[in-house]
Amino acid sequence: MAMLEVTSLGISFGGLRAVDELSMKIEEGGLVGLIGPNGAGKTTVFNMLTGVYRPTDGGIRLDGQNLIGKKPHDICKMGVARTFQNIRLFANLSVLDNVKTGLHNEITYSLAESLLHLGSYRKKERAMDARAMELLGVFGLEGVAGYKAANLPYGQQRKLEIARALATDPKLLLLDEPAAGMNPNETAELMETIELVRKKFGVTVLLIEHDMKLVSGICEYLYVLNFGRLLAEGTPGEVLSNPEVVTAYLGE
Amino acid sequence: MSFLTNLINGISLGSIYAIIALGYTMVYGIAKMLNFAHGDVIMVGGYMCFCATTYLGWPPLAGVALAVVVCTALGVVIERLAYKPLRMAPALAVLITAIGVSYFLQNAALLIWGSSTKSFTSVISGSPVQLFGGQLTITRVTIVTIVACIVIMLALTLFTSRTKMGTAMRAVSEDKGAAQLMGINVNTTISLTFAIGSGLAAIAGVLLCSAYPTLLPTTGSMPGIKAFTAAVFGGIGSIPGALLGGILLGIIEIFAKAYISTQLSDAIVFAVLIVVLLVKPDGLLGKRVSEKV
Amino acid sequence: MDKLKKYTASTAGRDRLLSFGIVIIAYAVVQAMVLGDSLSSAMQGLLVPICAYIIMAVSLNLTVGILGELSLGHAGFMSVGAFSGIVVTTSLADTVPSGVVRLILAIIVGAICAAIAGVIVGVPVLRLKGDYLAIVTLAFGEIIKNIINVLYVGKDASGLHFSILEQKFELAEGGKMIINGPMGVSGVQKLSTFTSGFVLILITLFIVLNLINSRAGRAIMSVRDNKIAADSIGISTTHYKLMAFVISAAFAGMAGALYAMNYSTITAAKFDFNTSILILVFVVLGGLGNVWGSIIAATLLTLLPELLRAVNSYRMLIYAILLIAMMLFNNSPLKARLLEKRGMKQMEKLEKSEKGGA
Repeated sequence: MAMLEVTSLGISFGGLRAVDELSMKIEEGGLVGLIGPNGAGKTTVFNMLTGVYRPTDGGIRLDGQNLIGKKPHDICKMGVARTFQNIRLFANLSVLDNVKTGLHNEITYSLAESLLHLGSYRKKERAMDARAMELLGVFGLEGVAGYKAANLPYGQQRKLEIARALATDPKLLLLDEPAAGMNPNETAELMETIELVRKKFGVTVLLIEHDMKLVSGICEYLYVLNFGRLLAEGTPGEVLSNPEVVTAYLGE
Repeated sequence: MSFLTNLINGISLGSIYAIIALGYTMVYGIAKMLNFAHGDVIMVGGYMCFCATTYLGWPPLAGVALAVVVCTALGVVIERLAYKPLRMAPALAVLITAIGVSYFLQNAALLIWGSSTKSFTSVISGSPVQLFGGQLTITRVTIVTIVACIVIMLALTLFTSRTKMGTAMRAVSEDKGAAQLMGINVNTTISLTFAIGSGLAAIAGVLLCSAYPTLLPTTGSMPGIKAFTAAVFGGIGSIPGALLGGILLGIIEIFAKAYISTQLSDAIVFAVLIVVLLVKPDGLLGKRVSEKV
Repeated sequence: MDKLKKYTASTAGRDRLLSFGIVIIAYAVVQAMVLGDSLSSAMQGLLVPICAYIIMAVSLNLTVGILGELSLGHAGFMSVGAFSGIVVTTSLADTVPSGVVRLILAIIVGAICAAIAGVIVGVPVLRLKGDYLAIVTLAFGEIIKNIINVLYVGKDASGLHFSILEQKFELAEGGKMIINGPMGVSGVQKLSTFTSGFVLILITLFIVLNLINSRAGRAIMSVRDNKIAADSIGISTTHYKLMAFVISAAFAGMAGALYAMNYSTITAAKFDFNTSILILVFVVLGGLGNVWGSIIAATLLTLLPELLRAVNSYRMLIYAILLIAMMLFNNSPLKARLLEKRGMKQMEKLEKSEKGGA
């Protein structure tokens, strides 16, 4: 059984059919790309997978469990974490606290302990600090742990968002244009980091990318979306040689 | 007949709320700020008309004109001095400044006119109109208030939809930056909005004091809050919404007073507001704005 | 790792040190002045209200600064705490002789009742956003005021009697009216002291600062900074919004009980929209999310009208002008430039210590 199974997924906003009849299967440990031109409905798919939007029809199953109708925070607890196209950090919290917030359901203590700082508060906070620093280390962000997240340069903000998502210990990580706004060098470096993260954390990755060349480098399998419908799927080689895909990207 | 009397009184009170709410809503639409000093401009309007007619012996219409002129100028001055420097500031900072302006106006009025109640002579004279053989009595103030509200409403709708300045106003309320790029003078447009809103507040003040003839430095606070509620009720930023919200609020208030309890009428008004917002979170005629993820 | 510890310890620690430091020093100074008889009786009369306002400001800061939702009805919770506290102390007047114990019970009951009111108000209110949320908190504050204004509570040998709109019960002989509708409460025994207010502030600071620097506090701030992102990392945003709101209401209830027990008469009208606004002014001027800022702003702004007594009739006018001037200055380019300079210095320091540490 595939880890993520999407069957005939569709959503309408008023009269607009944003996504239609989309089916996908992602195996555990995979690194899969969801590509397509601007406005193809890629982010809408992410929003449905994470419970931000409720699909009009179709099904989503994670390890056989239904995700439709679940709240975003419950879906996260079931093992789906994501990043956002327009970065959404906790701007006024420190870089460290951003990741510690991601550990919210991983290392827990009660409200009474929160209010009184008694019992295992100190021990648990230290464990959170250590785990958060470890995650920041993967992205080379230990040095800026004390900075306010809003003050980080753009590239580091994108990385911090991935670190925060990983803190929730997901099975499936959804990355929405992780390389947007980065220069070619930064992009290459980020792609390596994604590969590394996948191996180190044993996480399945689904990433949205606008730039086809870029994903074809690391993804094992691609889904191409156009006008909300699945245009093609297959290995990068197959997809790139598909004339319909080329037309969709370059126009007639 | 008492039902009809209450209904007419409710519409009349609601018309006053609607006129004040129009000012709130226009300013909110364009400057995205809750102008808590708006209610106190009403009070200033009331005092101006009172001074003109009682101390100077001016005819009522001249008193109204003076109130409108002074309040219009006051609105523009307040905007220039207190709000304009804060255009880039967080919304809360502007809100607190507006509260400061409200304190200022109330205390300035207290210094000038003292804390004793002034009894306001209605600007509208004449005996009440009798209908159905004397079963239904409507005061002239009530009629004038309702007519004034309708006229203002129509004039504002025409102004915003048909004139160049009105279009500019709508453009600025949609997107300040883009409006500026289209060659619209944003500062002038905002000043004009404050001028219109404050002028309307003056008219509302005179009508309010004519219907409820006591005048105090705090006279404007509660009608201000109620009108603000009315604006939110109808959907803040929407001109027809302000009218609808104001009238409904007035009717609910009068009916609550008549049939439930005078002391609890405000609580009932606010309870209705809460229920409406829970069912329609953007007010009756408000636009739904959802955040894009 | 060490560097990091030092850093986090320094920001959280500095806030803690400043908040407690200010309060303890102020307490010591005031006590010395009282002993030295150099504090006017008008000033002495302000001591308990200042304590209550500090607690109000710190608790409202939890809603406005930490949770990031504008509340215009905080005085409503203060009112609930005040009147429920009074019912407790009056009805226990014969059974519990110790004034201190009765005050403590009143404060606890006040907090619980205000927390319950917080849940009742919070569940619907927190579904709304921004200005709509603000207006509904205002509405609830006014509703609470109106209801307490028509509340009649009496006590006699058979127990407590309640009614609304009019007194619908007859008290047996020896019975006593506690809350008398719009007349409010009269003949309250003054149980609040400056020291009790001081202790209550310390408790408030301890709990609020602990909350901010904890798992729950981070969750609340994450909802403030980005609700959608908070949801995406498994935080139940409705749960934490309500938590912050209810804790905030509970402290307002405590402050209300403390405040009420300082006056012999009190009416519901005391806790109106203007009081809510006054507290909000403390919070905004003290700085959103800044606990010690709230303490200073609440103290200074409560004292200010008293200090301006020399210019008696002009004092509220001056107060208004100062308020506007402070807001204008706080958001002026001048202040921004000053802050920028300070920020650059801090950045340099951080970089230096980094180089030194590495």
